Amino acid sequence: MSRDKRISHDAAIAPLENGMTIGIGGWGSRRKPMSLVRALLRSDLTDLTIVAYGGADVGLLAAAGKIRKLVYGFVSLDSIPLEPHFRAARQLGTIAECVEYDEGMLQWALYAGSLRLPFLPTRAGLGSGVVDVNESLRTVRSPYADGEELLAVPAIRLDAAFVHLNRSDRAGNAQFLGPDLYFDDLFLGACEPGHRFVSCERVVATSELLDAGTFHTLRVNRSMVDGVIEAPNGAHFTSCQPDYERDEVFQKEYATAAADAGRWAAFTERFLGGDETAYQAAVADWRPDR
Amino acid sequence: MIHLADVVVVAAAEAFRGDGEIFASGMGTIPMLGARLARGTFEPDLLVSDGEAFFVGNELPLGGTDKLIEGWIPFRTVFDTLWGGRRHVMMGASQIDARGNTNIANIGPWSKPKAQLLGVRGGPGNTINHATSFWIPKHTPAVFTAAVDMVSGIGYDRAEALGPWVQAHHDLRRVITNLAVLDFECGERRMRLRSVHPGVSVADVVSATGFELVIPDHVPVSRAASDAELATLAHLDPSGLRLREAPDPQ
Repeated sequence: MSRDKRISHDAAIAPLENGMTIGIGGWGSRRKPMSLVRALLRSDLTDLTIVAYGGADVGLLAAAGKIRKLVYGFVSLDSIPLEPHFRAARQLGTIAECVEYDEGMLQWALYAGSLRLPFLPTRAGLGSGVVDVNESLRTVRSPYADGEELLAVPAIRLDAAFVHLNRSDRAGNAQFLGPDLYFDDLFLGACEPGHRFVSCERVVATSELLDAGTFHTLRVNRSMVDGVIEAPNGAHFTSCQPDYERDEVFQKEYATAAADAGRWAAFTERFLGGDETAYQAAVADWRPDR
Repeated sequence: MIHLADVVVVAAAEAFRGDGEIFASGMGTIPMLGARLARGTFEPDLLVSDGEAFFVGNELPLGGTDKLIEGWIPFRTVFDTLWGGRRHVMMGASQIDARGNTNIANIGPWSKPKAQLLGVRGGPGNTINHATSFWIPKHTPAVFTAAVDMVSGIGYDRAEALGPWVQAHHDLRRVITNLAVLDFECGERRMRLRSVHPGVSVADVVSATGFELVIPDHVPVSRAASDAELATLAHLDPSGLRLREAPDPQ
């Protein structure tokens, strides 16, 4: 019998420390582990390094002053291209250190981390502004006859990783049922064992996993996971297909509030003042007025 | 009446002419319609996506849900495909210079931008690996600028400074705007005026461009959509979304 790794949001967050590097799965405003992000917001943690294909996860953490360093390929809400809190943080210079990568470079950094390699070579980024603004990046020359000079993307290792998937068993054999895994397996793979967390819409028996999707959907196995958090609607307001689409109306509410200090204070009080149960209740309570 | 939206969609489709069996990837309404129009008419081997994660084999209207799925293209496979060179993307640009360096990342200095935009996204990888075209809905001197604030997509000068592999594969195909179609098909690989849209003069384009363009002796007018293309467009964009992204001039 495999270990039961189910824990609460707050128990997952409790052992984390200031200054840690945390990777957040999903893509833009798609299948983000928002309930874990909300748990981070409730914590006293600070000076974090956040690594993400960012959306409101980055926006919320930036607005709360949690981020010291941000590593990103982009930050966007997809249907709303520009993330207002991220924009404000960049324009006011409130994030001490930013590392901006080409999307494929970020994949490579996580892949190198997950394979325990120091770097992986690529052409993506060469000659671009990415290298103009990042003096720490180095190139490497092919040792073969071509002798080509390539960008050596340094590996990222994470202290903690958060991903949100559709289903998981108690041991952390987790399943994506939507159109794209994104890079969730790489976030888990690049993370030191100890704080690799999968939140999911529903915890099911191992024998039930293949009821919902083919074996191709089992891309996360329990060797990659330390804790399982059952979080129905946990990706809200981002999409979590096929369980639910993005809550576009709520996202618009978020983005509108984020662009105005007074409205943001009211939004925070209404939706982010309590725990995850309180958040979900506040969203349910808000919905009938729409 | 000739609508600007139809002219630019046809120009977008023309950018994919001759591409064969590769992924024609369009960011935004006009580029996506251009790819689907090309596939539906003169470039039938192209692969087009639903904008989410699937290749669609049928003539899918914008926003259509009745998809004939012919392949799966999650983001990881997009990167594999683009690094493998089997893609031509048409994307936006907030700034572009005479050598084709583009910026979608930020306006003002990167360290503390005046306006933070998207970040570089896939621009560096796209431009160094395969054909890239641009759709720019407002042709102004601020967009067509002497120097971009952050290079998210590399131009010919930067590609020339890299190795022979990059020079062989870097390929900026077309720049399509509300005024004109531009390319880099001249010896010095500088931006050249390829055609002006109906009702637009060469002088209009010059005054809307913040650097010196290469202007051939004869500048043709961008071609209008054929009746067959208009019929295909009526199917692909029944509600006329293209007119919102490329409205007729006042």
